[in-house]
Amino acid sequence: MANPLRAEVVRLYKNLLYLGREYPKGSVYFREHLKSAFMKNKDVTDPEKIKKLVARGDFVIKELEALYFLRKYRAMKKRYEPEK
Amino acid sequence: MSGRVLVGVKRVIDYAVKIRVRPDKTGVVTDGVKHSMNPFCEIAVEEAVKLKEKKLIKEVVAVSCGPQQAQETIRTALAMGADRGIHVEVTGKDYDTLGPLQVSKILAALAKKEDAQLVILGKQAIDDDCNQTGQMTAALLDWPQGTFASEVSMEGDKVKVVREIDGGLETVKINIPAVVTADLRLNTPRYATLPNIMKAKKKKIANVKPADLGVDLTSRLEVLRVDEPPQRQAGMKVETVDDLVGKLKETGHI
Repeated sequence: MANPLRAEVVRLYKNLLYLGREYPKGSVYFREHLKSAFMKNKDVTDPEKIKKLVARGDFVIKELEALYFLRKYRAMKKRYEPEK
Repeated sequence: MSGRVLVGVKRVIDYAVKIRVRPDKTGVVTDGVKHSMNPFCEIAVEEAVKLKEKKLIKEVVAVSCGPQQAQETIRTALAMGADRGIHVEVTGKDYDTLGPLQVSKILAALAKKEDAQLVILGKQAIDDDCNQTGQMTAALLDWPQGTFASEVSMEGDKVKVVREIDGGLETVKINIPAVVTADLRLNTPRYATLPNIMKAKKKKIANVKPADLGVDLTSRLEVLRVDEPPQRQAGMKVETVDDLVGKLKETGHI
């Protein structure tokens, strides 16, 4: 029924959970919000809607990667580049 | 040309962790502290993988020296796109005194053994800030070096490196084989996501001992003491501009 989609959703959850380990506010905070975000949509059955939500989740993954990169870049720049 | 690139990666305390000095002042607290790949090493791995994606080189080999946990760092490099890893096992006292001199001897031996065309390293590690390993490795191999690279391009049998220097940017063209060290603006390292980490589990990590490479790990340095930096002085608040000028004159700033 929604089986292939279920695998997609689980994959998304696992990937987000893995990314959440480095979240600035802490992995516990991240996991709580991740779980409630997924639970909010647990009764959605329309495959189109599910696909849209998964796509939004993939977008969030990209946002997190960008956040982590910028944080690291700014920290390194501040530490290793002298103030002019 | 073998088309092989050696990338050195170092396992350091994560950049976002607040460092604490050990009570006995011999070092910093590392037990139970989050470790990850040195940010400049991430940039080095990314550059090597980019070169492979552009089909300019054939194989990326990630190397790390240290105890068992160094394998995690190699796995991250494999997840970013390296083809295989080499874990040079260094433990205990040897690991405590492991510094740029020993690492560069190891890297030089490996570069020769693996017939590497290019050795790419991070410019410095965020824990010891030595900024020496790349330079020493090049010297031991008698290879040219392009350090503080903000741009790397292969041009036939030479490498063009744009270097970040105090006055701005310097462009050099060096012969292959060469050593390149990565600076902050070289590229944007990709994130090692979970699916990539899973795929990387199939890639091989070879185990090597420094003795196998004929490297002597004795250190010529002894750490006498590690102290915290001086506490920041609290700032002062003033009411008017005249007060500010007065205070600046008082403290000898103007």
